[in-house]
Amino acid sequence: MSAAHADEINVEGNDYYFAGNVKYNSEPLEGVLIKVSGGGYNAEVKTGDDGKWKIGVPSKDTYDVTLDESTLPKGVIVVEGEATREAEFGLTNSAAVNFFLGEGVRVTVSFWDQLVERLFNGLNFGLMLALAAIGASLVFGTTGLSNFAHAEMVTFGAIMAFVFSVNLAWPLYLAIPVAVILSAVLGLFLDAGLWRPLRKRGTGIVQLMIVSIGLSLALRYVFQYFIGGGTYQLPGSSSDSLTLFGSVKLTATDIVSMVVSVIVLLAVAWWLLRTRIGKATRAISDNSSLASASGIDVDRVVRIVWILGAALAGLSGILWAYFRPGIKWDMGASILLLIFAAITLGGLGTAFGALVGSLIVGILVEVSTLWIPSDLKYVGALVVLVLVLLVRPQGILGRRERIG
Amino acid sequence: MDWGSILSNTAAYLISPETIAYALAALGLAVHFGYTGLLNFGQAGFMAIGAYGYAISILSFDLPWWVGIIIGMAASVVFAFILGIPTLRLRADYLAIVTIASAEIVRLLFTTQAFDEYTNSADGLGNYHAGFRAANPFTFEGNVGFGPWVYNANGWWVRVFGIALVIVAALIVWLLMRSPWGRVIKGVREDEDAVRALGKNVFAYKMQALVIGGIFGALGGVVLALPSAVVPSVYVTSLTFYLYTILLLGGAATVFGPIAGAIIYWVIMAFLSNVLPALVQVGALPFMDTTQSQVLRFILVGVALMLIVIFRPQGIFGNKKELTFVK
Repeated sequence: MSAAHADEINVEGNDYYFAGNVKYNSEPLEGVLIKVSGGGYNAEVKTGDDGKWKIGVPSKDTYDVTLDESTLPKGVIVVEGEATREAEFGLTNSAAVNFFLGEGVRVTVSFWDQLVERLFNGLNFGLMLALAAIGASLVFGTTGLSNFAHAEMVTFGAIMAFVFSVNLAWPLYLAIPVAVILSAVLGLFLDAGLWRPLRKRGTGIVQLMIVSIGLSLALRYVFQYFIGGGTYQLPGSSSDSLTLFGSVKLTATDIVSMVVSVIVLLAVAWWLLRTRIGKATRAISDNSSLASASGIDVDRVVRIVWILGAALAGLSGILWAYFRPGIKWDMGASILLLIFAAITLGGLGTAFGALVGSLIVGILVEVSTLWIPSDLKYVGALVVLVLVLLVRPQGILGRRERIG
Repeated sequence: MDWGSILSNTAAYLISPETIAYALAALGLAVHFGYTGLLNFGQAGFMAIGAYGYAISILSFDLPWWVGIIIGMAASVVFAFILGIPTLRLRADYLAIVTIASAEIVRLLFTTQAFDEYTNSADGLGNYHAGFRAANPFTFEGNVGFGPWVYNANGWWVRVFGIALVIVAALIVWLLMRSPWGRVIKGVREDEDAVRALGKNVFAYKMQALVIGGIFGALGGVVLALPSAVVPSVYVTSLTFYLYTILLLGGAATVFGPIAGAIIYWVIMAFLSNVLPALVQVGALPFMDTTQSQVLRFILVGVALMLIVIFRPQGIFGNKKELTFVK
């Protein structure tokens, strides 16, 4: 028998290659199409009669390796993982990529099922965004500050959750509340140490905005200084997915995340509408000097808003770490514009507007991937932001007088 | 520690293409923010449009290099109109949110796989230098220069061309700002309603300022692209923030402020990027490694931006009377 000859492509002339062996019930499968793509490079090959394949690639990077399921025999599919997977090299110049095949029916997801799934994802994303956006919106309403460093308060919560749950190995039900409390402390600290003194000096709002940009840069790189450039996972981030109905799959983390968001958002709404401090917050957002004249301690309310806003941002950061998934030094900055878009869409300075805006942005980002490439999904939301400003600059729930 | 090479590497940034590019873009920002009071947070987008306009014109459409520069500038004018028409009638922070969002849209459109044929997506563009280098008036062989500034003919051509652009741009800004047009522009910054009451079309003046500053931004992008390559990950929101740091360091409503700011910024950054790893290696900074020492520079940029805005908002060369932060 001649040496087992794998079907090869581009192996000569390239320094690196992927190889694999396609088998089903220990029998090699011939003629299965394997594709490799990444970094502008594409190649494909069919497995030989021994089921083996080998594809050379030009550089030691991460590539997407796809097994074309339509070339498998009837009733056989990729059972573990996806038919497309990311493959990368270790220390050697070759890497093995094997797909685990089994019996099954290939699921072709219908448009409606995809739509429903994306709607759920978008709702989840939007609720998480709302937690961050309401805090930023309350801060804007009470102090006039567009706080760019809000993104770093989001990251801070996630990093604290990581420190306590992984580095100190605390259970999650302790680590997450502690992370949220520490975020609140950060908010208190920033207000007392930075924003309150600046308000006392009478610093203008544009000046404050640029200070917040400086703070955002400084904090972001402080995070990178301590955790480096990598991505880290919180415990439980790879929980199993449950099929709800049709082909809508949600993980347990998704469901917990949505429930937590809804409960917290309802609590914030109750606080704003029913408590003295909540009413005072809305009064200050409406007209700060009038509120002050009618006996409201503006400084105290602003301090509470900072504490609450930071705690909500920290919680949203933890949920964002599960949604992305992973913790990274600039994870907050990557959604800062979506937070701003949500606030502006809903109507600057109105808390409920921020909620509505967040849900719209979240759902828009996820659902738009049905039609546009997923690396452009944030573009859709940002374009809508610009268009809404054209027709209704005060936002959806804002009042006309605010636009000046 | 090799102080000779540290100081020489630092001095090289006095006239590096990065310094020149940042100076041009910051000068554009001075027209926007310093003189007109427009909060443009999308200067990185203008730079990206200039750089890609230049590179794509040459690579995909085989146009001469100078036509590429003109196309980059023209594209930035179009971008300025798209930004300005919806927002210039609204309050200042609306322009801020729309410009920052639009710059991000531009960057994502240049990065996406969808237009890979023209933009080469995340890998960026290169190898468009032939035309620009063929136009090089310097014909000497090998490296020429003195002290830390020794470059080959192409290196000098990029620098001389860039410096000439900065001088022309600075001259234009200086002449504009002492003209009647410049007085109206500063009036718009101080009190829009008063200028409107005098019968001036504030919207048109703001739009003209946005276009002029945007063109300087695009030229900054071109100069950044001239010596090496167009890398999409450069044109992130942080780039705009670094430009604000430069602008506010030098003085927002000045002609020489942005240029001096760019030089100070890059010289300090280059000095730190050379001296900090050296200090780490001799054990003078025991609590960090060399990667962390590079990150430390950007922490310092953020802190510097905060301190400048709080304690010296008019910058080094600015006049306290001409403070941009009036509202």
